[in-house]
Amino acid sequence: MVALSKKTAEAITCNRAAMLLLAVAVILTTLQYAAVLPAWLHRIPDAMVPPFAAWLDVVFNFVKDDLGLLKFTRFFTEGLENVLDTTGNIFFGKYRWPHLGPMPWTAVAGVAAVIGYSLGGWRLALLGGGTFVWTALIGQWNIAMETMSVLVVAAPLAFVIGLSFGIAAWKYAWVNKAIRPVLSVLQTLPFFTYLLPAVIFFKVGPTAGAMATIVYAIPPMILMTTLGLQKVPLEVIEAGKMAGCTRFQMLRHVYIPSARGDILVGVNQVIMLCLAMVVLTAFIGMPGLGAKLLAMMGSFKLGRSLEIGITIVLLAVTLDRMSKAWAVKQPVHFDKGTSWFCRHKTLVSALCVIVGFTLLSKVVPIAGTIERGQDFSQGKELDNFIKWLLAVDGVQSVTYGIRYVLNVWVLNPFRDFMLSIPTPAMIMMVVAFAVWLGGRRQGIIAAIFFGLIALSGWWDRSIITLYSVLAAVSIAMLLGIPLGIWASQSDKWSRRILIACDTAQTFPSFIYLIPAIMLFGITATAVVGSILIFAMVPLTRYTIEGLRTVPPEMTEAADMAGATRMQKLVNVQLPLALPTMAVGFNQAIMFAFFMVIIAAFIGTQDLGQELQRTLAGTDLGKNFVLGICVSLMALTFDVVIMKWATDKKHALGLA
Amino acid sequence: MKTMTTALTAGVLALAPLSAFADSHADSSDPIVIPIHNWSSQIVMSNVVGQILETQGAIVEYVTTDSQAVYESVRLGDVAMELEVWEGAFGASFRAAMEKGGIVDVGDHNAVTREDWWYPMWTKDACPGLPSWEALNDCAALFATPETGDKGRYLDGPVDWLKHGQERVESLDMDFVVVNAGSAAALWAELGAAEAEKKPIVVFNWTPNFAEAVWPGEFVEFPTWEDGCDTDPSVGPNPDALFDCGNPATGYLKKAAWDGMEDKWPAAFATLEAVSFTNPQIAEMAKLVDIDELEPKEAAEVWLEANPGVWETWVK
Repeated sequence: MVALSKKTAEAITCNRAAMLLLAVAVILTTLQYAAVLPAWLHRIPDAMVPPFAAWLDVVFNFVKDDLGLLKFTRFFTEGLENVLDTTGNIFFGKYRWPHLGPMPWTAVAGVAAVIGYSLGGWRLALLGGGTFVWTALIGQWNIAMETMSVLVVAAPLAFVIGLSFGIAAWKYAWVNKAIRPVLSVLQTLPFFTYLLPAVIFFKVGPTAGAMATIVYAIPPMILMTTLGLQKVPLEVIEAGKMAGCTRFQMLRHVYIPSARGDILVGVNQVIMLCLAMVVLTAFIGMPGLGAKLLAMMGSFKLGRSLEIGITIVLLAVTLDRMSKAWAVKQPVHFDKGTSWFCRHKTLVSALCVIVGFTLLSKVVPIAGTIERGQDFSQGKELDNFIKWLLAVDGVQSVTYGIRYVLNVWVLNPFRDFMLSIPTPAMIMMVVAFAVWLGGRRQGIIAAIFFGLIALSGWWDRSIITLYSVLAAVSIAMLLGIPLGIWASQSDKWSRRILIACDTAQTFPSFIYLIPAIMLFGITATAVVGSILIFAMVPLTRYTIEGLRTVPPEMTEAADMAGATRMQKLVNVQLPLALPTMAVGFNQAIMFAFFMVIIAAFIGTQDLGQELQRTLAGTDLGKNFVLGICVSLMALTFDVVIMKWATDKKHALGLA
Repeated sequence: MKTMTTALTAGVLALAPLSAFADSHADSSDPIVIPIHNWSSQIVMSNVVGQILETQGAIVEYVTTDSQAVYESVRLGDVAMELEVWEGAFGASFRAAMEKGGIVDVGDHNAVTREDWWYPMWTKDACPGLPSWEALNDCAALFATPETGDKGRYLDGPVDWLKHGQERVESLDMDFVVVNAGSAAALWAELGAAEAEKKPIVVFNWTPNFAEAVWPGEFVEFPTWEDGCDTDPSVGPNPDALFDCGNPATGYLKKAAWDGMEDKWPAAFATLEAVSFTNPQIAEMAKLVDIDELEPKEAAEVWLEANPGVWETWVK
């Protein structure tokens, strides 16, 4: 009781503090509009902005040259390059040791089918084999294999590094403490900020691509490993100790097998993130599907870009389903005396497939490689279809109307308003929001983070970034949440919409940009529109999941009380689903911060545009400052919303 | 656990087809790395030069890089050469790299480059006075969009291309608002959308470029470029402003190389010095990929077969 009233009291002071901050912010803004606010209160004077970028450059140069990091990484790069050369030879016949490749496409497709079968039966076999057959028939075999040759190195490396860090973080509390904030920043840092250091330290090309991919894919692996190991039941540990295991044996035979499920979820995440980087790393010389996609988009070949996008989605879906099946599949135990062939059925059949198809490709060349002109690419036809669609009467006048209303009446005024708010007032508003939703601690964090952004000298651009994110997420909520609510009412539609969500998420986000521009021009509407698709995915997904995991006792109680469907939804299901939906909202904001940077390719005036500029040079300091600005804004939201969701879950007795 | 391992092993084995069927090569000399970027003519030209070098016995590899960052890579020797140094687009990065050292100028192509305000042909129907810039300015309202009000919109290249569209509009007092596209792809998307309804549009464009083949068009004729237009306000029609003339209509297209290339691959370097393409040749290469939909490698083979007279003299 005492604790409760103390909490209530704290909540009341928090609310008061929030109101007070908001009031001051409103007064400051009004003064600004009345043109009586001194300029130094509207924006921090340039003279007061510390030269963070220059300082960082000094630090980077010291670490890079004086401490010899560059020498070390370049040495490491050579090792990595040898590995990539080897896989390159095997996958697409790069002119390197061991001079065996390339593998015939039929063999790869066959093996994918065999692995699929052993993991999940005929359906997965069909998916695995089918993906590779599609890739070959559509005429993308070589580029897809260029991508795969890097991924088969990057994903296992990310797995091993992530697992090691995860174990260290579980074993030593101080590692965990040190690693957490770094992981949070890594997860919110825009990918452009990964790319530039990757180029400087690991040389333009597949090596830099592999390194950027690894860094990007590691965080969830670390988190899942630590989580899994922490959850190992005490009984299992004691059983291991009683059996007299050494420390290493405990880890190898007790902890890791028990945490297998969580670790494999981490593996799944690693694979998905690696695929998400396929296109982005093309900016730093990663060959393959991404590079081809960018070249195709650069020469206005929408159809071919779309086909590459489909290939990437298919690869992602295949690897995702396979790794998930692997996570669920329980280890099989054989009776003593089972023959070697029976125990290694998959291995044997895979070998047969490889030998069979390799022999076949010597006789029938088309089973080895599909030449250009023999493929089934419909690129030109798709281009014509898109052109036809745009020329249909009414299409452009409708989009013109949407564009006019959104740009002239909504988005541009909203942006100008956000920019007109004085810096201290903006910070106070954000802090008020943090204090009100989260609490005092979250308020302090928000104050520090936004204060740093103000001091970074990139305030206006940060605000434009924030405005695009807020506008897109608001519209996404208007569309995504009702969609989720509607879909959650039936099993069939829940499943269908969730599949659509998966597809929308793995589809390379670059491809959204072109139709967005063609429909809405190079304007704020196109920018917001392309973010919108991405931000809707988590909102819809978590709304469906939140509503469908409402405890059945609760809904039954509502039914017995005679509630109508609407009453049940509004008074029972939605309140209970709210914490989960908040997690979706949080993810929507994170996704939006990710996508807003990509939208720089449409044409924006935000942080993304500046980041894109740094990519061509060697401004490591500036690049980092810009990246951190994005990260700080995203983290503020993350900290506040997650705190609120956790509190709410506790209050509802769901946690 | 066992099936897991088996599945993995099967996967690993899939990567190693029987060595009995493999081709074996003994050559182990260092490969010459040629950078490729994201536009077709450069990719095909790189492949053409690469295949010419291969006829001399060199081992050639291609790496995709950013077209601005590449000069840093050339300087460090990560890549051996750059075949398309555009005066307008990359002159600044190239000069900066030259000052730092490590990169050498290997001479100009015969081709000239031009980058400026440009419109597709259907625009001329609506504004017949074109290509003069004064006529364009008189038609400004035709180019208006919801966001620009009465003024026309000029779609400039990405800000980092530094094309000074804004400065030119101000110095020539034009009724245009400059909007920066975020990428070349964004420019084409706008053009493609305008094409559907034949809407007048004026954008930043350059030659040689694939777009000429897709959308026939012309450059806007601004006051002719004079040296110093970008540094001395008195040059050009407006005595108080910079950038009051069009871009040079005949910019250079250079070849650049790592300064260690001559020692490491003397024969290849000699060939590179001799290489020189003309505008029609470059357009032909781009066409093979952009219109005929060949892969760059095949396009290069086709071009080499069709033009032996051009390149065989370059090889000594």
